[in-house]
Amino acid sequence: ASPAMSQDSGNIPDSEWPAETNVYKPGQGAELAQALCMNCHSTEYVSTQPPMPRKFWEATVKKMKDKYAAPLPEDMTVLVDYLTATYGVK
Amino acid sequence: MRQTALAVGTLAGVSHLPAEETITLPFENGERRLVKFPQKRPLILLTQRPPQLETPFSVFREGVLTPNDAFFVRYHLQNIPRKIDVKTFRLEVKGLVKSPLALSLDELKTQFENTEVVAVNQCSGNSRGFFKPRVGGGQLAHGAMGNARWRGVRLKDVLNKAGLQEGAKQVVCNGLDTAPLPQTPDFIKALEVDHALDGEILLAWEMNGEPLPLLNGYPLRLVVPGYFGTYWIKHLNELTVVKDAFDGFFMAAGYRIPATPGGCIEPGTTPASTVPITQFTIRSFITSHETGAKVEKGRAIQLSGIAFDAGRGITDVTVSDDGGKTWRTAVLGKDHGRYSFRPWTFDWAPSQNGEVELKCRATNRLGETQPLEPLWNPAGYMRNVVETTRVSVG
Ligand code: HEC
Repeated sequence: ASPAMSQDSGNIPDSEWPAETNVYKPGQGAELAQALCMNCHSTEYVSTQPPMPRKFWEATVKKMKDKYAAPLPEDMTVLVDYLTATYGVK
Repeated sequence: MRQTALAVGTLAGVSHLPAEETITLPFENGERRLVKFPQKRPLILLTQRPPQLETPFSVFREGVLTPNDAFFVRYHLQNIPRKIDVKTFRLEVKGLVKSPLALSLDELKTQFENTEVVAVNQCSGNSRGFFKPRVGGGQLAHGAMGNARWRGVRLKDVLNKAGLQEGAKQVVCNGLDTAPLPQTPDFIKALEVDHALDGEILLAWEMNGEPLPLLNGYPLRLVVPGYFGTYWIKHLNELTVVKDAFDGFFMAAGYRIPATPGGCIEPGTTPASTVPITQFTIRSFITSHETGAKVEKGRAIQLSGIAFDAGRGITDVTVSDDGGKTWRTAVLGKDHGRYSFRPWTFDWAPSQNGEVELKCRATNRLGETQPLEPLWNPAGYMRNVVETTRVSVG
């Protein structure tokens, strides 16, 4: 058995999990993203996307709400502006 | 756009922490951290929560089997089981069956014939980062695939023990991972009954001679040879036989490809209709050398690599050292079974200075081969174009 596998797979101490350190990049709307988009997944879901236009971020936020039941406000303009400006292309 | 060489560097970290390595995947916004998760060596971090980890491509040079501690990880929902008591764990078999079952791991191991298969698991979105135009989703290079020897029992034997009732259409497969909100669709997949009974699918507890690592589905996962990883449900604890096509999100809306031959459409367009993704298309890779490698002019070396398909059987791999103008036959290595990576080698003496475009192309028993130009679909699935490795000769 390799050393990496010698521990019991069904009982891994919490201390062995890497800490989540990534946060949404600063910008107008960052606190919204931090509050609304961290509930189900970490920031890399957003930060690793290729540079995409506003309509991609609009569709993504809509998908989160309609398909994945994300509790998001009716008006998402600030959020979509932030995502486009920070992680997308204008 | 040309691929740039893979660069490995270090991120200036907080001083008391060990310096963390980074890697740059050869597409825009491809900078990634290498992060160590339990039972894993540092792997390419796609997302931290839920964990999505990509295998660094150099690992495929280590051998035809992908080590457990380097095998890729793909989850969808953040509540992944971290503590599993194998004594109380049960696999339930229910729905349209004559006698519902609740089997412990020991009962599975002792009541059914144990069997093994060497099979590739590959994410539907493996290589998505190379799509042009780019598409949203997990931005992976070629490391969301791996080949392992899986040990378990046949799904067919377990279903037959429960006994299917008249009208059974699909087997709905669910694992222990869940979404934080109950309204978010659970990650559940369905197999057609004929497929579930064909004897190829395993309920596996072992991978390369070791219990499954937690992040690869401990204590039990589906192994669906030749099919994309989306069907290989991890932490499998529920099989429900149903009479209608299951319409959960990840079958009815997610993991679908255009209903066209080859599952592809004109880049940038929207498909008229879609069907669920199913089996692998044929692929091959050079693993001995990566883009950016330097080789000596006039000196004989060996190129090596891997090829695989959905299980038809690789019959031929050809190699080009002139960007695809001429092709020569490679030598196939040991056959580990039709669902495994098939290793190949090719003796090569680079004769010209400068940058050389190396390519490899596989063909299977049905005569299926890889396209020379990439196919495109909006979800970024099933890339299988002939890949190019650029080495410099000098
Ligand atoms: C209620 C849960 C939930 C919330 C809240 C949520 N998401 Fe998601 N998100 C998901 C799920 C589920 C996926 C699919 C995960 C997977 O397949 O790995 C996803 C995937 C994504 C992806 C990857 C692309 C894709 O379509 O799969 C992006 C980008 C994303 N989310 C952005 C956001 C942003 C921005 C917000 C906040 C406005 C947000 N999410 C809030 C559940 C959520």
